[in-house]
Amino acid sequence: MTPDGTAAPPSADAAAVRTLELTKHYGASVALSGLTMVVPRGEVFGFLGPNGSGKTTAVKLLLGLSRPTGGEAWVLGRPAGDRQTRSRVGYLPELFRYQGWLSAAEVLGLHCRLAGVARSEWPGQISGALSTVGLTDHADAKVETFSKGMQQRLGLGVALLGNPELVILDEPTSALDPVGRADTRTIIRHLRERGCAVFLNSHLLGEVEQICDRAAVVADGHVLAIGRLDELLGRGGVRLRLTGLTDVGRAALARRGTLAEHDGWFVVDGVDAGAVPDLVADVVASGARVYAVEPVRQTLEERFLSLIEAEQARWQR
Amino acid sequence: MAALTLARLTIREAARRKLLLALAILTLIVIGLTGWGFQHLSTITNPDGSQIPASELRLAVSQVLVLVEFMFSGVLALSAVVVASPAISSEIESGVALSMLARPVSRYQVVLGKWLGLGALIVIYVAATTTLELIVVRATTAYVPPGPVGLALYLSAEGIVIMSLTLLISTRLSGMTAGVISLVLFFLAWIGGIAGAIGQVFGSVGIKNAGTISQLLLPTDALWRGSVYELEPVLYRDVLGATTERAGNPFFVQSPPSVAYLGWAACWVVLIVSLTVWSLHRREV
Ligand SMILES: Nc1ncnc2c1ncn2[C@@H]1O[C@H](COP(=O)(O)OP(=O)(O)OP(=O)(O)O)[C@@H](O)[C@H]1O
Ligand SMILES: [Mg+2]
Repeated sequence: MTPDGTAAPPSADAAAVRTLELTKHYGASVALSGLTMVVPRGEVFGFLGPNGSGKTTAVKLLLGLSRPTGGEAWVLGRPAGDRQTRSRVGYLPELFRYQGWLSAAEVLGLHCRLAGVARSEWPGQISGALSTVGLTDHADAKVETFSKGMQQRLGLGVALLGNPELVILDEPTSALDPVGRADTRTIIRHLRERGCAVFLNSHLLGEVEQICDRAAVVADGHVLAIGRLDELLGRGGVRLRLTGLTDVGRAALARRGTLAEHDGWFVVDGVDAGAVPDLVADVVASGARVYAVEPVRQTLEERFLSLIEAEQARWQR
Repeated sequence: MAALTLARLTIREAARRKLLLALAILTLIVIGLTGWGFQHLSTITNPDGSQIPASELRLAVSQVLVLVEFMFSGVLALSAVVVASPAISSEIESGVALSMLARPVSRYQVVLGKWLGLGALIVIYVAATTTLELIVVRATTAYVPPGPVGLALYLSAEGIVIMSLTLLISTRLSGMTAGVISLVLFFLAWIGGIAGAIGQVFGSVGIKNAGTISQLLLPTDALWRGSVYELEPVLYRDVLGATTERAGNPFFVQSPPSVAYLGWAACWVVLIVSLTVWSLHRREV
């Protein structure tokens, strides 16, 4: 992987996150090797990868919780770990705990203080965060009495305090029920509407597919693929169920993409969604009778697995 | 300032976890018992029923008081170690530190906050226990040691010294290990102090130097000796100070720590706190 030229002057950099050959070794083991990526502002970015691929390591480097062995990183245009920048970043750690002897509202109050939120805004921020994550009824309960899912909701609330410009969520839904997951997606969408960038570490590819604008797939500490989700997933295709397909019709299909037949479906890969009406019109004109037309798309999971498999095959060679 | 927020949080934790309540109840019980003991001490007579001279009685009371304060200083040191040893390590282990350190807070503020909070707890404990104990002693025996304020200062300083050391170790090792190391060092320094005094009596330069070095490395014992000095009746000090007979006695002190030594102890604390800041700064969480 080659870095795309020299590093831009940090303060002029508008990206939410930019890393250049970011590397982290723990003794002899390599947790992250040469991560280069850009996360634009105001977008939801999915950071995907198998267990131990370096996702949490990358996040900790971005927040200055650990130091890189090599490479550089900028957050909101400032070098990673910069103290002032951290007041504009919200963070939900992967393995976290909050002071069990504090109430949920007190934990939020503490973080308002530490984040440097103006005192007059505390009540609004605290009650806003509590209601966003659905903990209003538990505001005064001690955190030690919370279930794991409730703690994760609280953690999400903590990450939302102080109107951050970037929110980093390290597997925010690992302990949540389906309702909690849907709530989290809604929260993430609201953040994006507000112009806040979201950096989302996750294994739940279905979830990432639903909310992310962009994603990167990492394995063994380096990026296998990165880009807009639609680019990452390829152009997709269309499948049709039809009878009476003539050679002319067959040629019309083959002209638009690669044609294959599966279980009585004619599958045309590599067709832009915009070309589908013309394709159907051609087929109908050729005399075939069309019963069904469905878009086909590689799921993120399929794409993820094929990337990881290709990577493993490359290593075995 | 974040350090004050964290100091308050440390004190609040001690209160919420019922540490303050437990210490308060135990202290009241202990002071009640010692009050009862001093009451009896003040009424004892010679076997033939004659009165014990007031000066001898005062001496006896002061000696018992030294032992009682020795117990308090021991409780203080052990509690300081137990409370300080998980203060940083457990927050890193449990993940509490992750979200706090990701805030715009410098790590020196985290260390300073913990140190101030624990230091305040130590000062509160010492102030409360010595005040109550000395009131009880005065009420039961009419004895007032020459330096009550000095006593409280020396005891607080001793507690702060051992707390600072424990906090430093807590940035790198688990609470359990940090606690054990601190306690071993604390007792080593105590024995070192006694050995140094014995070395002085018997004119053994080697042992005396070993004692001095241990007092320089960890000032707990030397500060404890300062509090003993503040407890002794002036007359007793003057009479016995002339002889070196009892210098080996850990409960008798001829002279207070020198100003130079107190300066060193202050530098020692600053040094250890700076090391703690550096250590946490280098620590990856
Ligand atoms: N403190 C540490 N000391 C030593 N090795 C570490 C440390 N933290 C992480 N690693 C190693 O770095 C690699 C990447 O770990 P990391 O936690 O970043 O993975 P991850 O992608 O977040 O995994 P998961 O999906 O399971 O959360 C792993 O091989 C892990 O063993
Ligand atoms: Mg992880």
